[in-house]
Amino acid sequence: MKILVAVKRVIDANIRVRVKPDHSGVETANVKMAMNPFCEIAVEEALRIQQAGDAEEVILFSAGPQKCQETIRTGLAMGADRGLHVLTDERLEPLAIAKMIAAAAEQQGADLIILGKQSIDDDHNQTGQIVAALMRRALGSYISEIKKVAGGFAITREIDAGLEKLRITSPAVVTTDLRLNEPRYASLPNIMKAKKKPIDELSVADLGVDIGCRTEILSVVEPPARQAGVMVSDAGELVDKLKNQAKVI
Amino acid sequence: MNFAITEAQQMLVDTAKRFVAEELYPYEPEVEKTDALPERLRRQIIARAKEVGLYAANMPAELGGGGLDTLSMCLLDRELGRANMALQYTVGRPSNILLACVEAQREKYLYPCIRGEKVDCIAMSEPGAGSDVRSMACTATAKDDDFVINGNKHFISHADIADFVILFAATGVEQSARGARKKITAFLIDKATQGFNVRAGYASVSHRGYHNCILEFDRCKVSSAQVLGEVHQGFAVANQWLGNTRLQVAAICLGRCDRAYELACEYAATRKQFNQTIGKFQGVAFKLADMALKRRAAELLTYQAAWQEDHGGMSDMEAAMAKLAASEALAFIADEALQIHGGMGLMADLPLERIWRDARVERIWEGSSEIQRLIISRAILRPLENR
Repeated sequence: MKILVAVKRVIDANIRVRVKPDHSGVETANVKMAMNPFCEIAVEEALRIQQAGDAEEVILFSAGPQKCQETIRTGLAMGADRGLHVLTDERLEPLAIAKMIAAAAEQQGADLIILGKQSIDDDHNQTGQIVAALMRRALGSYISEIKKVAGGFAITREIDAGLEKLRITSPAVVTTDLRLNEPRYASLPNIMKAKKKPIDELSVADLGVDIGCRTEILSVVEPPARQAGVMVSDAGELVDKLKNQAKVI
Repeated sequence: MNFAITEAQQMLVDTAKRFVAEELYPYEPEVEKTDALPERLRRQIIARAKEVGLYAANMPAELGGGGLDTLSMCLLDRELGRANMALQYTVGRPSNILLACVEAQREKYLYPCIRGEKVDCIAMSEPGAGSDVRSMACTATAKDDDFVINGNKHFISHADIADFVILFAATGVEQSARGARKKITAFLIDKATQGFNVRAGYASVSHRGYHNCILEFDRCKVSSAQVLGEVHQGFAVANQWLGNTRLQVAAICLGRCDRAYELACEYAATRKQFNQTIGKFQGVAFKLADMALKRRAAELLTYQAAWQEDHGGMSDMEAAMAKLAASEALAFIADEALQIHGGMGLMADLPLERIWRDARVERIWEGSSEIQRLIISRAILRPLENR
């Protein structure tokens, strides 16, 4: 079995994000970037499946500018075997990314595609679902557990009502939730080994997909500053304010 | 000039940063409060450091170490330097001088240190021999095929947890251009050796949980097979392998600068007095500017010296400048960060008071600031003399 894991380069989770003065997006120049935390969980799970003897190869995929190779390299330093990088400077929507992942998975013959459930920058939570639809594959979203079984995978999904246990057929697409695992450290020996692992660079044309945007960014703004709260003297005053001032009840 | 670090070095920094935050920080309050590092915790940190490959990262890869070059070691030490000394030291960095071991000694001392099974310590200082280390009174007298050692050592860091000591002792006197001077030999001495006693050292303002010890040698007999390097060549061995310890101090100082500086910036940007954040007052803002300036200067001097060491060798002056700049930057930054925090900076709830206390020794050990200035000024004047 081959596993394809998509890894996205995002602003480091510890960095305070700032909006560009012209409101065209957020500032990324001279800002520390890192692998999306949900993608790290996806890489970790792929490596665990491989270590359990259920997969021969773990391939990492990323699309975007040249620097995305650093993110792939981080995953290789965790232990993945090789990388695929689609070099493009275009703005990429979930649909475009999903088309590229689907095409790459097809080319590589990946039986299992693991993605983070969402990225911490755009928060779309769409890509995994679109990949499954495009490829007409079984989908397991927000998984907190996965195990290889005959003909497919036994998964546990975190849903509002609790935990849902399902069996899905292979080939499949799954997206990872926060509690699936605790990603490993990129160990020093693996960092050294990662230098020699191959990253194949592809163009969008190599995958033969249309990545044109269907949406347009009009403006990116900071969330409004929180207003100071007021102290109410009793429950009656609270209900009155909720009803007449905030008009929420 | 390109001062950018490589992709692999950045990954090492990321791993080290996470290691420090997850494996060391949580135990700092306990170690600071109790002045002790429990053996169970020490074993746990060693095991985790080995898993991640950070243990013995300074040792050659072909011997089972991490095989890091000097610059990469500085990057690692900088991250480790953010944490309490006892915890940071446990991540494991066998003394480079052990690479002078001959094969039989390697089996017994070097390899177990790389594997995290044994810990070494270095014994040089004496009550009467500090900066003037060659004036040491501890002697090793040749007798048949043995040496008999007599004398005391003090300020010996972590000798309490070490399994053996790398001892420097006087083995005779020789004439030099500047008069008579002692000949020094290095020895590997096991803790259990008869006539060798380790006792608790002085109570110190710095480094809770990481202790200095006093070593006593009374007719302690060791075989000549325990000599490290050649007889009378102790300083040659030390000079060959211990040069990097000044960079190590510089890098650790940088890590402590980072932590104090980050806390100070955060506080200056959020703490409000007189209806505005205190960073808006020039008195605080200029402190931050000076802290940033000194930190950056120390960083560049340290990295440049390390880079030089990896590309043909650094000079004594380069090592001295890095150590001097980084230890003095730390003294300044720790003090100013504390000042920006006001009274809160003195409270044990923040790591600042600890960084401030611990900072003091950095201008003293591994060559005091005065010795570093001596080295630098001699290097300046040497080419101008005897014309």
